[in-house]
Amino acid sequence: MATGTVQVRFFARYAELAGCETTAVSVAVPATVADVVRQVREAIPGAALLPERPLAAVNMRHVRLDAPVHDGDEVAFLPPVAGG
Amino acid sequence: MTYLTRDPIVVSALIAEVAAPQCGGTCVFLGTVRDAPQDGGVTGIEYSAYEAMAVAELDRLLAEARKRWPETRLAVRHRLGLVPTEEASIGIAAAAPHRTAAFEACRYVIEEAKKRLPIWKKELRADGTALWVDPAGRPAVVGPEGTP
Repeated sequence: MATGTVQVRFFARYAELAGCETTAVSVAVPATVADVVRQVREAIPGAALLPERPLAAVNMRHVRLDAPVHDGDEVAFLPPVAGG
Repeated sequence: MTYLTRDPIVVSALIAEVAAPQCGGTCVFLGTVRDAPQDGGVTGIEYSAYEAMAVAELDRLLAEARKRWPETRLAVRHRLGLVPTEEASIGIAAAAPHRTAAFEACRYVIEEAKKRLPIWKKELRADGTALWVDPAGRPAVVGPEGTP
């Protein structure tokens, strides 16, 4: 099965929980954002505290968890946004 | 376009950006950091962002507003870093030939910004503690959250 590597970014409280701001994970492709969430929650101890269904962005666009993820994509996990 | 700044928001600069001879109405919105005495007092808010995405998302939502109110001129600044109580964290100026479009476009930009910009705030309390704030304005709890 083919695998792809995605860059994962954590922000704000999620970065504190994960203990890092970025990491790279390998996922079997085709994959979805939900697959990346599962992988990250298993691979990084602190990330187990992230919600199972966080807000997410792929390549700087808000996406749903069933959105596809491709090799080389950047996947960001976003705490509930609070701008303004 | 520089939407994000670590310096105080200068309202006159925002107005100057949208000013044009054909505009008869300009609407300015400022979102300011407020105290919360019931929570022990808030001295300021530390704003952080996924900066590249915040800029991209602002580009997208301003393009939407310009499409919907074609003759409207818009300018936005969002502040990052520590913003003390009473100072503005976001400033929006909308100028249009007539006031209705100016008000509506300005309202659209602030409402969409609050829903979509990947920006977070950490509330600094008078007692020295700091808490991440959730969108409903309550301190965030650590652990699983409700699904989006």
